[in-house]
Amino acid sequence: MTGRLAAVAALLAFLLGLSVATFSDLRVFLPAILKGAVVTVEVTFWSLILFYVSAFLSGIGRGSKNTFIRWSCVVYIEVFRGTSLLVILFWFFFVLPEFGITLSPIVAGVLGIGLNFGAYGAEIVRGAIVAVPKGQYEACTALNISPLKRMLRIVIPQAVIIMIPGFTNLTIELIKATALVSAVTLVDITYASVQQNQLHYRTLEIFSVTLLLYYCFAQIVRFGMAMLEDYSKRHLLRKA
Amino acid sequence: MDWKWDFTFDVVLPRMWEAAGVTVYATFAAFLIAIVLGLVLMLLKSYGPKFVQYPVTEFIEFIRATPLLVQIFFLFFVLPDINITLPPVTTGILALGIYNSVLCAEVYRAGIQAVPRGQWEAATALNLSTYRTFRDIIIPQSLPPIVPALGNYLIAIFKETPLLSFVAVAEIMQISKLIGSEYYRFTEAVTIAGIFFLVMSLVAAAMVRVVENYVKRSILH
Repeated sequence: MTGRLAAVAALLAFLLGLSVATFSDLRVFLPAILKGAVVTVEVTFWSLILFYVSAFLSGIGRGSKNTFIRWSCVVYIEVFRGTSLLVILFWFFFVLPEFGITLSPIVAGVLGIGLNFGAYGAEIVRGAIVAVPKGQYEACTALNISPLKRMLRIVIPQAVIIMIPGFTNLTIELIKATALVSAVTLVDITYASVQQNQLHYRTLEIFSVTLLLYYCFAQIVRFGMAMLEDYSKRHLLRKA
Repeated sequence: MDWKWDFTFDVVLPRMWEAAGVTVYATFAAFLIAIVLGLVLMLLKSYGPKFVQYPVTEFIEFIRATPLLVQIFFLFFVLPDINITLPPVTTGILALGIYNSVLCAEVYRAGIQAVPRGQWEAATALNLSTYRTFRDIIIPQSLPPIVPALGNYLIAIFKETPLLSFVAVAEIMQISKLIGSEYYRFTEAVTIAGIFFLVMSLVAAAMVRVVENYVKRSILH
């Protein structure tokens, strides 16, 4: 794991160096692709926030006793899981203006990706909450802890640890999915590399660099989530 | 908003109907590649010689860590450079198949690992050959978890086919983009594409559940 991360760091530093080094051949297209990487990171950041918020809200809401809340969560999850992300992005960007809602490209991209992945994340949240032992709930009843406090202080801290592996995978999936925002005219890594390819025809180099950049992002996430899992195991579960 | 029904029925639906064929064809072709290549990858990763295992593991991680769209572009632009010219739909199917094969490999691995160790030991005790152990003992027991998981990947591939529109394959999404730019009306075409995917995946999910129950009942008794 650390070996892979060191390789990733070295590679990123190397690419950054190549993008400014005067002798480098890659200087013609690398800066544009790295500029695209900034857009990718920006889209990833905002969609991750929306993803986690909607995953938790709908994952918890799905188990609600209130019929209306439960069913609206089920409908949200099924609709966004059932349709294709690209179709959703297109719909947000090209069809919503017909209803009088015009979204900027980045808002459409973030909304589409965040809501789409939130629906997948909801299943992880629900599964983790169900996996918390029943005795914990009964103990809360015995100790007269209110349902809200039970959720926030007892159930979620235990469920979070169960969720982390699932969320690691989905977070990497989300980064990969940001490649689709080129459909709504954002110049991210993928779109930048297609543009640079049309300009320079350095096909193999350009797309290899692009693949490597995504690979690096994924490894960074994997490492970060492993640290988070470690941390939460040590701090969320206090041994008596 | 103005939704035009005559436009929907006269222009959008007939062309979408043709495109649906391409989508379904691409889905099943890619699925076939994925399940076969996935099996090969799993065998190499778990049972191959050491010097093969390591590169295969890294290959799987690399494919899993990079976006399908970029892989499609990679094949689409790089293959012609090395004098392999394939029609866009074949390139797309290849990319979809490879991308999902690494996921299928994990499914197979998990399925075989789920077979209790005692079964392997019993097969050794009964002096069964490796081939018979796999054919009669291990594979029948690992199918119940594998089949529904593969079914879910079939649905996933189906939902990934719109990406082929980036390399101008005439599937549903590409046709709805085309209709949108020809008539400057995106509402009907894109909405119908969305409904098409939603309905098809709900139906397919229900079918996977039926198959799952069937496999559970008929193989393990």
